[in-house]
Amino acid sequence: MNPIRKFDLKALIASVIIFAVVQGLIFAEVIGPFWELNIILICINIILAVSLNLINGYTGQFSIGHAGFMAVGAYTSAIITVKLGLPFELGLIIATICAGFLGFLIGLPTLRLDGDYLAIATLGLGEIIRICILNIDYVGGASGLMGIPRMTTFAYTFWIMIAIIFFIKNFKNSSLGRCCLAIRENEIAADTMGINTTKYKVMAFTLGAAFAGTAGALFSHYFFLAHPASFTFMRSFDILTMVVLGGLGSMTGAITGATLLTFISAYLSDFPEWRMVIYSVTMIVLMLHRPQGLFGNEELSRKMFKFGGKNNGRTAEGR
Amino acid sequence: METFMHQFFQQLINGISLGSIYALIALGYTMIYGIIKLINFAHGDIYMLGAYFGFFATTQLGLPFIPAIIFSMACAAIAGIIIERIAYRPMRNAPRIAILITAIGVSFFLEYSMILLVSPQPRTFPAVFSATVYNIGPLVANSQQLVILLSSVILMAVLTYIVNKTKAGKAMRAVSFDADAARLMGINIDRVISTTFALGSALAAAGGVLVGVYYNSIDPLMGMMPGLKAFVAAVLGGIGIIPGAMIGGIILGIVEAMVSGFLSSTFRDAAAFGILILILLYKPSGLLGKNIREKV
Repeated sequence: MNPIRKFDLKALIASVIIFAVVQGLIFAEVIGPFWELNIILICINIILAVSLNLINGYTGQFSIGHAGFMAVGAYTSAIITVKLGLPFELGLIIATICAGFLGFLIGLPTLRLDGDYLAIATLGLGEIIRICILNIDYVGGASGLMGIPRMTTFAYTFWIMIAIIFFIKNFKNSSLGRCCLAIRENEIAADTMGINTTKYKVMAFTLGAAFAGTAGALFSHYFFLAHPASFTFMRSFDILTMVVLGGLGSMTGAITGATLLTFISAYLSDFPEWRMVIYSVTMIVLMLHRPQGLFGNEELSRKMFKFGGKNNGRTAEGR
Repeated sequence: METFMHQFFQQLINGISLGSIYALIALGYTMIYGIIKLINFAHGDIYMLGAYFGFFATTQLGLPFIPAIIFSMACAAIAGIIIERIAYRPMRNAPRIAILITAIGVSFFLEYSMILLVSPQPRTFPAVFSATVYNIGPLVANSQQLVILLSSVILMAVLTYIVNKTKAGKAMRAVSFDADAARLMGINIDRVISTTFALGSALAAAGGVLVGVYYNSIDPLMGMMPGLKAFVAAVLGGIGIIPGAMIGGIILGIVEAMVSGFLSSTFRDAAAFGILILILLYKPSGLLGKNIREKV
């Protein structure tokens, strides 16, 4: 068996074990509703972080409008289950497709921009999506779309998350993914080597947007409602912070970042007035002392502990 | 037709006064971007700080309008220098995205520590001068709008003078043109950057006080949207170009006033971002910007 297959198998076994343990604890009610909510939130955030990492980390296109695509997913799936009465699974799929399609439409013109301009354009588009939703009375306008059934369970979220992580990991290791990495490293050089840069940039953007849509669908079907205020640029920044905290271009980094930040917010939820202050100070201090994030663009592995020397070992502990 | 023209000119008046505030904030954005290529997300919050400084100057210290605005500008300038010193200076050579995240962090920090300090409740800004309503034919303009327009024009004139005629301004232009060459010419880059932050923050603070006077209400999160929109204004005019920020701000203000007057006020934020997308797609260097060919 080749090493990649072997690694996949190990990862699959590990995730089955994690799933069994957590699901068992939920059944045994060791994990109460508060932490169950947070665990599901972690999974949703991991999906968001990993999909944003595909755009920002692997392809190097700086997008900060992820919440907009999440909103599209949340609302599309809610329309399908609430307004049309169709099953949730169909809603998930259509939410993914719609968000991806919108990502494609938006990505095609905007990805010609680069750096800060792209960042601001995506931020603006995310806000435009939200404001448009706010003005559509069919989906509840400013008061949000209510009465969404709670269909998202831990099992659903967890396995969808694993599937998406697996997909993105394989995408990165495919020839398509290598084109994306080449664009990140040097767009002009990649262009010269015959890579159709626009095509791969749009591809990564579309995929990232689609998965954000999936996460949005899971989100709205857990919290019973889809509300425009949940998808402001604050959420986009949140997702971005998770990715950057873990290290841009590192899958395990994005996962760790999402987990860590969700935990921090959950712990600080008892002190709401201090929560954002501590959160922001953490963000600033981390950037001052470790601007490349916890893992840099490396993956967390045993190698990091063995050969990396003191410096790498320290980072891998998730300081 | 009569009512349309009336409505149009009325919104034009409102738009220009709103736009001159955007212009004041946008100037700081554009100067800071021009000099260290950083989208200073915290700039909108400096504007909020400025409004609070002005509020305390008028309520606690009992200062009249003009000393209050000067006090607030001075405090905000110091705040700007401190922020740059603590959060941005150590990041001079860090990756761009890390600096951007720091800026977002600073922005959150200012917003939420202000919520801690002064409570999230909006405060009523005291009336610092009696509001007179002027009727120009069928149109209505009040004295606040005139004061806003007048103060912004004076401040922009002062800024233009500083940037174009003084030595500090010359150094700023040199650093934004080519930082390395400027350093070789013996310019102390750190000091120039501090000056830029001080100037930009002072302008934003003046904008904050003016908004407080105009809308009578300030709150710790008031800086978020105007901050982003001022950035749109800066991009619209051509980022890094000072007259561009002024024009961009005024245009943005007018468009917003027109959209809320003729369509619906819920769409005014979307209009601002719509302008941003259009300008980025068709003329990314901005209205006054020159196209620079990409070098390999």
